[in-house]
Amino acid sequence: MSTSGTEAEVILEARGISKSFPGIKALDEASLTVRRGRLHALLGENGAGKSTLMNILAGVFPPDSGEIWLEGDPVSFRNPREAREAGIAIIFQELNLISHLSIAQNIFLGREPLMRSGLIDDARMNREASEWLRRLKLEVDPSSPVSNLRVGQQQVIEAAKALSMQARIIIMDEPTSAITAQEVAVLFDLIRQLKREGVAIIYITHKLDELPIIADDFTVMRDGCCVGSRAAQAATHDEIVRMMVGRDLSEMYARSPTQPREEILRAEGLRLRHPKRTGDFLVKDVSFHLRRGEVLGIFGLMGAGRTELLETLFGLHPKRSSGSIVMEGNPVWFRSPREAIDAGVALAPEDRKHGGLVLSLGVAANTSLACLSQMGRLGFLNARHEATLADGYVKRLRIKTPSINQFTRNLSGGNQQKVVLAKWLATQPKVLLLDEPTRGIDINAKKEIYTLMDELAAAGLGVVFVSSELPEILAVSDRILVMSEGRKTAEFERADANEENLMKAALPQTPL
Amino acid sequence: MNSKLKEFLARFQSVAALLLMVIALILTPQVSGTFLSEENLLNVLRQISVNVCLSIGMTLVILSGGIDLSVGSVLAFSGAVAAGLLKSGVALPFFGVQVQFTVFGAIIAGLLVGTGLGWFNGLVITRFRVPPFVATLGMLSIARGLTQLWTQGIPITGLGPEFGSIGTGHLLGIPMPVCISAVLVGVFILVTRKTRLGRYLYAVGGNERAAQLSGLNLRRIKVTVYALSGALAGAAGLLLTARLDSATPNAGIGYELDSIAAVVIGGTSLSGGRGSVLGSVLGCLIIGVLNNGLVLLEVSPFWQQVIKGFVILAAVALDKASSKEE
Repeated sequence: MSTSGTEAEVILEARGISKSFPGIKALDEASLTVRRGRLHALLGENGAGKSTLMNILAGVFPPDSGEIWLEGDPVSFRNPREAREAGIAIIFQELNLISHLSIAQNIFLGREPLMRSGLIDDARMNREASEWLRRLKLEVDPSSPVSNLRVGQQQVIEAAKALSMQARIIIMDEPTSAITAQEVAVLFDLIRQLKREGVAIIYITHKLDELPIIADDFTVMRDGCCVGSRAAQAATHDEIVRMMVGRDLSEMYARSPTQPREEILRAEGLRLRHPKRTGDFLVKDVSFHLRRGEVLGIFGLMGAGRTELLETLFGLHPKRSSGSIVMEGNPVWFRSPREAIDAGVALAPEDRKHGGLVLSLGVAANTSLACLSQMGRLGFLNARHEATLADGYVKRLRIKTPSINQFTRNLSGGNQQKVVLAKWLATQPKVLLLDEPTRGIDINAKKEIYTLMDELAAAGLGVVFVSSELPEILAVSDRILVMSEGRKTAEFERADANEENLMKAALPQTPL
Repeated sequence: MNSKLKEFLARFQSVAALLLMVIALILTPQVSGTFLSEENLLNVLRQISVNVCLSIGMTLVILSGGIDLSVGSVLAFSGAVAAGLLKSGVALPFFGVQVQFTVFGAIIAGLLVGTGLGWFNGLVITRFRVPPFVATLGMLSIARGLTQLWTQGIPITGLGPEFGSIGTGHLLGIPMPVCISAVLVGVFILVTRKTRLGRYLYAVGGNERAAQLSGLNLRRIKVTVYALSGALAGAAGLLLTARLDSATPNAGIGYELDSIAAVVIGGTSLSGGRGSVLGSVLGCLIIGVLNNGLVLLEVSPFWQQVIKGFVILAAVALDKASSKEE
């Protein structure tokens, strides 16, 4: 176990770090003290400066001012390599593994042990890799490709890589945002193991319920400043939230009471074949209905088939899907997203950078993308028309952007997500499918999205809301459908749903 | 207006700076008189007009996230078909007639051939999921072979003054090829900036999945863009054939590389989604001025190649250095 509180030796100290980017002061005199063998959680909304601070510690870019002290000596890193050599490793949210190389090849990438002939000593590399894996309690063959591993296991590989480079400080950027509950348990075991080895961990997270389990200390950042640091046991959940947003948790979730109205969408027996494994299905006979003015939550773990269900409905896999859909009393079947959009269905996809936005286009061009045919005649675009549309949504959704022509690449996560929503609202949908719309965005932006969903439902839209976070799905939905391994496993009215029965329905039934 | 100007300068500063640099380097006292003469400047523009046509199409393709290696061969085949039809028409044994072509008819046929080959590229890429690099590499060989077959390996010459005027005539004192390529540049600046198709190109090249989810018909967009590239290569073929009064089986070999170079120098990203037609035109100008200046300076053609290569590298390095992306 880690040594207690303030007695543990300080290993890293950042003092008065400031950093400006064109137009924004990202860090303003931020300070952070990290101790050996302890996990220091770094909390704060997106845009609070957490990532900037971590990038500075990891040598990605230099601070404008301020000092970094490592084990009592001032240091300055000119590049990530120097930081790594000094013992600071960073595990990014998007893992940096090369999927078709083997586990051992990934761990020793760039530092391969060589034989005297100058060729790579595979035997030694695999042997050393398996020693690291054994220490971290992962039972896999080091010569098998990384692509065979689940995301949680890949994080262990990243940790093994860091340790094999003698890392004494490991920075983890939202490691639990993309993994299943079981994998979280594995990760937490790994973290405990690392702490026992004397490694200090800086852990960026949005999930406050993780803190009591793994954190020893935490620091809250807001607007580029560190607004407070404490021992983890000394603060309650509500207190931390108040530090983060300066406001109470009870205001966070709001759902107006609703009268269920007539049915707008009914899907029966939706199926989606697996693209490679014949006879296997990603969506297995899922049926559900949706009423106007209703928020239907779909809960499930990663890989439960929620995204695939929405995509099937939206006409994205016409060749692999089957089933029937009735919309507003008429049988329909969408063979392309265009047909779905024209019928009044919108899908804001899971990953805004991957499927939501064209990052190299501006706010206005992204907003109008799904309804371009209404932006002018004979194939021409009416710039004024488009500006009016974009201006309207920038105001309505309070998108923070210097101009409607700003590249969406330069916006914060929450504002990017709002642009995605603007694009879909601009298609005037009757059914709005939202796939993890609040992932990786800050608390304020989340609240705004909940409020927006509430307004849209009140205005008569049918909203489908996919999420893997229990508190929010319980707070926001009128009805909740649970999926596991491609099947619908349960459906609850809001009054009957709780964290326990949702989770129970979501866990895969492992065959004995 | 002021902000528009600023935007223009911001976007094209590196290309424009490079153009000025190239001109400055060339303007030694020995050649400045010759270089700056109206005749020489028009000559430079005339020389680059073929590459401008190709580069417009190449810009569209690259913006959409693809590449077209077949333009040089498509140029040759389009020019040869137009020339052949004009010279001797086509025999239809079944009907027992020899169909003669007017200049207008031959031009249309040449453009249609280019469009058709480009359309075929698009079809192979979208229907059979062949990567653009490979699909158009195949077409590079196919169209070259077709050209050899059509011409039997012998240049088709003596195409008459009417057709020749496309390449050698003047309009208001400006060489015809310059006028034609200028009109095409204007049209495609408009297409890329003010039309739905243009927006689609940037969207597909910037994020294909987001474009697909937004209801864009990727297949149709891609087929259109390769067909346009083929059509523009056809136009380039007509200009070249008319100027030389000859359609040779080896016309346009390596031209795809010149047009890719112009596009890249002009700041268009090879990974798609970013760039402009105007940038590519500036890129063509840089290459043209450089070629012309080095000839005037009597630099050996071997060195000219080396210098041109370094200019391409410098252009991209300069662009990377000045853009604020990491």
